[in-house]
Amino acid sequence: MLTKRIIPCLDIKDGRTVKGVNFVNIRDAGDPVELGTLYAQQGADELVFLDISATNEQRKTFASLVRDIARHINIPFTVGGGISSVADVAPLLEAGADKVSINSAAVRNPNLIDELSRAFGAQCIVLAIDARKIDNLWTVHTHGGKNPTDKKLFSWAKEAQERGAGEILFTSMDHDGTKSGFANDPLSKLYEMLQIPVIASGGAGTKEHFIDAFVLGKADAALAASIFHFGEVKIPELKSFLKNKEINVRMN
Amino acid sequence: MKFVIIKYNAGNIQSVSFALERLGIDFTITDNAEEIMKADKVLFPGVGEASTTMAYLRDKKLDQVITNLKQPVLGICLGMQLMCKYSEENNTDCMGIFGESVKLFIPKDNLKVPHMGWNNLTLSSGWLDPTIENQFAYFVHSYYVPVNSYTSAITEYINPFSAAMHKDNFYAVQFHPEKSAKTGELVLKSFLKV
Repeated sequence: MLTKRIIPCLDIKDGRTVKGVNFVNIRDAGDPVELGTLYAQQGADELVFLDISATNEQRKTFASLVRDIARHINIPFTVGGGISSVADVAPLLEAGADKVSINSAAVRNPNLIDELSRAFGAQCIVLAIDARKIDNLWTVHTHGGKNPTDKKLFSWAKEAQERGAGEILFTSMDHDGTKSGFANDPLSKLYEMLQIPVIASGGAGTKEHFIDAFVLGKADAALAASIFHFGEVKIPELKSFLKNKEINVRMN
Repeated sequence: MKFVIIKYNAGNIQSVSFALERLGIDFTITDNAEEIMKADKVLFPGVGEASTTMAYLRDKKLDQVITNLKQPVLGICLGMQLMCKYSEENNTDCMGIFGESVKLFIPKDNLKVPHMGWNNLTLSSGWLDPTIENQFAYFVHSYYVPVNSYTSAITEYINPFSAAMHKDNFYAVQFHPEKSAKTGELVLKSFLKV
């Protein structure tokens, strides 16, 4: 039986792992290869590495970091951050990444999803959506959540699926950093309307929140960062807990 | 031992190489027929689309080379599918080492296609390490090989399918051992021992 996936997310800046709380404050939580290896050993099902470097100059080192990650880590991983063309993606997949995630560039140029999907296959294209509720509408934001757009979560997710995205990574900005649980209502709506997997992101604070994301939110996978980095929730304990609550997870 | 990875336009060559490196195995990546034929063990990776990949292999005559190999060969993912007779993916005639046809998953209930993620293995024949029984492997695929007399491990998704196969010197897995954590390492080690 296919399992629900637990995905630690590592934000990378200048080759180091960082995590923004509500996308503003940043704390240092270590070396990405070491941390990723540790998570893989602990039973993480996948990893996400997001390069949040501000400039292309800083980004040049990312492909070599991806290679280093692939060399050491024996589970699938997704990389993202600043990807805006087929030419950006090829070296990352060749370096050993399994999937890439795109966000702002796809909002600016939705055709990018079609191009990447045709070039590399839908299974390796993850569309990341950052959204926040404004006037009761889930409004898509770009550039790490800084810029509101006129796109709405549900129609954008549907469009992305039609254009060839293989997965949706939905981060609720209203929940991110709050540790009060995932955005289960919009997650379950995404589940109902999409045929591609949905990764829940933003709001993880306790083990129970993961159960809610899987049962109420019907998510295929749940992603979290700081609670793993700072050891507030440990992956082996989380997985045993989920298994005891009859959520189908991979035990190792 | 001389270990060769067949070089072609497969998407997972880098990951497969790293997995062998982690196990301390020396290997060569080559599309040279002579070098492939001289190897003790051959690994045939695969991520991509069936018809363009078969066309590429035929153009390089690698399909003939692989079919005629006498040493142990391990096909991975698309590699396994191309070792079958035919694939529904763009109606592709494949190598025919295994007589089976590769079929497209038809979505059922809430089960999505592609089958992507971790799923468990039920072993049915000898070459895989017995401790792999009921362990999880990482899959990404839309097409599958039905269970048949050469099936060595079964996984259930939409319907039971062949997660691993074996016939004579040919071994194959539908999942990605290079991305399947400890279970994947055990699968690669099982192949090293055959």
